[in-house]
Amino acid sequence: MIHFVLLISRQGKVRLTKWYSPYSQKERTKVIRELSGVILTRGPKLCNFVEWKGYKVVYKRYASLYFCMCIDQEDNELEVLEIIHHYVEILDRYFGSVCELDLIFNFHKAYYILDELLIAGELQEPSKKTVARLISAQ
Amino acid sequence: MAGGVFSSYYSSSSSIMETLFQRTLEDLIKGLRLQLIGESAFVSKAIEEIRREVKSTDPHTKSTALQKLSYLASLHFHDMSWAAFHVVEVMSSSRFFHKRIGYHAASLSFHDDTPVLLLITNQLRKDLASTNEFEVSLALECLSRISTPDLARDLTPEIFTLLSTTKILVRKKAISVVLRVFAKYPDAVRVCFKRLVENLDSSDPQILAAVVGVFCELASQDPGSYLPLAPEFYRILIDSKNNWVLIKVLKIFAKLAPLEPRLAKRVVEPICDHMRRTGAKSLMFECIRTVVSSFSEYESAVKLAVVKIRELLVDDDPNLKYLGLQALSVIAPKHLWAVLENKEVVIKWLSDEDPNIKLESLRLVMTMVSESNVVEISRVLVNFSLKSGPGFCNEILGSILFTCSRNVYEMIIDFDWYVSLLGEMSRIPHCQKGVEIENQLIDIGMRVKDVRPELLRVARDLLIDPALLGNPFLHRILAAAAWVSGEYVEFSRNPFELIEALLQPRTNLLPLSVRAVYIHSAFKVLIFCLHSYILQSESITSSFSDNLVLGVSELVLKRNMLEGSDLTTCEAPSAHRSEGFNPRNQSYEDLSIENGGDRTINDGQTSTRAFSEKNIFTYESIINLINQVELALGPLTGSHDAELLERTRHILCFIELIKGEITECLVQKGKTLESEEMKASKIIKLMSDAFSEELGPVSVSAQQRVPIPEGLVLKENLDDLETICADIQVPPSNLFSLGSPYYGEEVGVSPFGLQNKEESEPSNEATFLLTEHRKLHGLYYLASEKNEIVGNDYPPANEPKLQDNPKNDTEDLVKLTVQSLATNKKPNHAKTRPVVVKLDEGDLVTITAKRPETKDDLVSGAVREVLLGSDTRTATSQSNPSDKSSSKRKGKEKLNVDRSELKENLGDSETPKQENPSSRKNKHRTIGKERRHNSPGKIGKEREENGQKGKQKSSHRHARHKARHRADAPLNVVSQTPVIPDFLL
Repeated sequence: MIHFVLLISRQGKVRLTKWYSPYSQKERTKVIRELSGVILTRGPKLCNFVEWKGYKVVYKRYASLYFCMCIDQEDNELEVLEIIHHYVEILDRYFGSVCELDLIFNFHKAYYILDELLIAGELQEPSKKTVARLISAQ
Repeated sequence: MAGGVFSSYYSSSSSIMETLFQRTLEDLIKGLRLQLIGESAFVSKAIEEIRREVKSTDPHTKSTALQKLSYLASLHFHDMSWAAFHVVEVMSSSRFFHKRIGYHAASLSFHDDTPVLLLITNQLRKDLASTNEFEVSLALECLSRISTPDLARDLTPEIFTLLSTTKILVRKKAISVVLRVFAKYPDAVRVCFKRLVENLDSSDPQILAAVVGVFCELASQDPGSYLPLAPEFYRILIDSKNNWVLIKVLKIFAKLAPLEPRLAKRVVEPICDHMRRTGAKSLMFECIRTVVSSFSEYESAVKLAVVKIRELLVDDDPNLKYLGLQALSVIAPKHLWAVLENKEVVIKWLSDEDPNIKLESLRLVMTMVSESNVVEISRVLVNFSLKSGPGFCNEILGSILFTCSRNVYEMIIDFDWYVSLLGEMSRIPHCQKGVEIENQLIDIGMRVKDVRPELLRVARDLLIDPALLGNPFLHRILAAAAWVSGEYVEFSRNPFELIEALLQPRTNLLPLSVRAVYIHSAFKVLIFCLHSYILQSESITSSFSDNLVLGVSELVLKRNMLEGSDLTTCEAPSAHRSEGFNPRNQSYEDLSIENGGDRTINDGQTSTRAFSEKNIFTYESIINLINQVELALGPLTGSHDAELLERTRHILCFIELIKGEITECLVQKGKTLESEEMKASKIIKLMSDAFSEELGPVSVSAQQRVPIPEGLVLKENLDDLETICADIQVPPSNLFSLGSPYYGEEVGVSPFGLQNKEESEPSNEATFLLTEHRKLHGLYYLASEKNEIVGNDYPPANEPKLQDNPKNDTEDLVKLTVQSLATNKKPNHAKTRPVVVKLDEGDLVTITAKRPETKDDLVSGAVREVLLGSDTRTATSQSNPSDKSSSKRKGKEKLNVDRSELKENLGDSETPKQENPSSRKNKHRTIGKERRHNSPGKIGKEREENGQKGKQKSSHRHARHKARHRADAPLNVVSQTPVIPDFLL
């Protein structure tokens, strides 16, 4: 399952956090600090997976934003990359060529869309159209 | 800013104004981006505002305030637990817009201990039952995030209802949430599992994806319970076109297949099909991973997987490269050929730019290491580490050290090579593995007798190089080298060189603890030199007068006993005039040179067993040596470090003790005053005996083997004693750490009156020095340095080690257990290989076995409960729910319905008759052409089995009974599982 989702800007600013496993506030800041240290320093042509404390963190950079998801050892990294891409596509469809500012000013909508995509750390909605439609409907 | 001023101005007077001038979320974000007063100041101001606004009675103001707060909480990590009650208020708002803000805040900030959680049960229940599906999904989302046992219990009925709702959006969410509910409230399994299983038959892809996801998670915890559902999963594996669903199903099969070989046999082909056909890398990789992890005995499948892995390895995409390497390392233990086949690629990626890929390929390279190629691979890697950056260099060194030392160096045949490799590794500029190399140098020294000469050579080379002293990472290695040089000095060709290296001025760069080791080693070397010198002169004397030879030792003993008291008195002053002694010494030197010259000549002429090395111990050189030591250590008598000071004192006092005699006796040599010489030589001999005692490795578990005396309470809290015991020093704790039996006897000897004791009780002196040495160098007497730490940090009387740092202990134990296991497995690898001393670790196994067990119990207790529950459910579900599912299908497949219905009915009504099963089996075979219809058949069959057992009363009860059986005795699983595969095959 997915343990948490992080969106971090290239400068290390946090744009979205979603925790599917229980982490205290202290742990959350620690996780973010550690991970952004690891991920932001990685070069562009390296693989998108980082081993981290017995978990794996799959990240991908879109424009100036790093999308990171933390998964279990036995989870499929490529699938998670696809999920990230899926999320980005939905955001893109919803905002119309999404950019970081969209997410900054509509952070709650980014959350609502994520909630349609993942629940309890599991993927729940494979269709982009439906998600976009649902969010607009609300 | 202006808005803020206004709002604060008006807020007290009017809530309308407050609403009008409230800053929206957007204002807040903008303000935060443009603020000039510093982020934290701005945020705390904003929080102040929010605190006021959130109390407002206007729902809009309130919810906006909450929204702002959750923004700050989620992205700026401000505590919002204080607003928990407001969150609940907003959650209960009637407007969806507000409600959503409330729910979002709740799922963000609530946790299991949030006190207001009790208040939301009813709200959640209401929303779960709402007709607005968006409200339902809000509540579900919230529940997935913060379900407590109470919440899960109270809301189970609602979830149960939602599991079969016609609204797809809601149903799929409910399915996912079930997982959390099960985890918190295992009894929910009894209620909901049936419906969950029904959803496996759903034609809706979203539902299917969700339910497969749930089963994937469930099966990863306890696959055995889900074996009965294998046919359903198999159907999905064949039919589904959705890659994400297929990946999950593959994961389930990866868990199920090892439990049931026949299932694996059936499934392996479709998996290979997927692997061949799919264009999606994610699915292909999942197929590979499934095969290499769970189907490794199917040769053809593995071959196919290796071909695909190869494709990944040579791909340009670093992700695929990385995953390919990972897949290889999964398969390496069972099919090493797969790794060997791709050897060049793997080694090629060792120099990839991505550290993760490098690391993976390093791991793979290490799996290829064997007795035959360890030398070459290590060579390649060491060369490689020279070229790589500090981080990866140390990864390489670490893995070489780890691999080579595994199972008490089982891979190493040529220890001379390995020891010199260790020396070489120490010199690699980036090397930071000092501690590990230190341990191995000492460990090998103690375990492998034959390697000691080479070890000494390596140590000498390290010590002699003054450049190494400046590198703090090497200090531990140098400490080991110093210890080796002292301990195995007898293999040295030139001990003077060692002393010189040990006392070189640059040693002041070393940390005090290492320096103490240096000084003590110098002491040992000095003793060795003196002893050799005496042996030599004895042999000369013997050549002068043969009849004296045997008498010497006896004479010495006698005289010493007689003159013991005299000597003490005459030695005492010599200690005091330590400074004044030197000039006198100089004056003797001229004489000594002559004597030395004589001696060498004599040696060459007369002694039969004189080897060239012996010749270096001339009188002159000895005096030089002594002077050199004195000179080097003189300044240290002012050291503030107790350890350093004490050791320096030992060695200086010793020199004082013998110097006078040595010089005097030599001056008078040729005359008859042999007794004087003998005194000094006796002391030296005793010292030398003390130091030449062989040290062996000591089991980490030595402590545990000491039987606990009756009436000794180890677990009691003795904190109070700490103040009292603080002064008492190490000995008791070291008692257990030593291999020597002498030590125990001699602990009682008081470490005072060095000179007096020495004369009157020579044997005590020697053993005292031995104990002293061991005390100071406890580090090297033990298998690990832990004990010394323990000895220093804790008052020794307290619980000795059993309870100290349990983590390290267990780790070590685990390691050692592995060792001992391996030893059992492979007892005779001492062919050409030198003997490696191993410890009898028999009892370790039991100790380690105990510890993890208790841990296991703690961790999995809860989990097991859940799974037992679900197990029961699985069994029942097979009988009941599929009845339903089959009837559901009625509408769709008219042709078969009647039959399957009939069959079901049969299944229900038929119970006690024994003939029925077989007849029905036949019928079933003919009917069940389509896979889909097999599932009810399976159930029927299972019931048949029950029938055959002739135990059933009501099917439900029966199933439960069975499940309990299964839980009690794992054997039953085997007896029951055939049900599924039989059907599948």
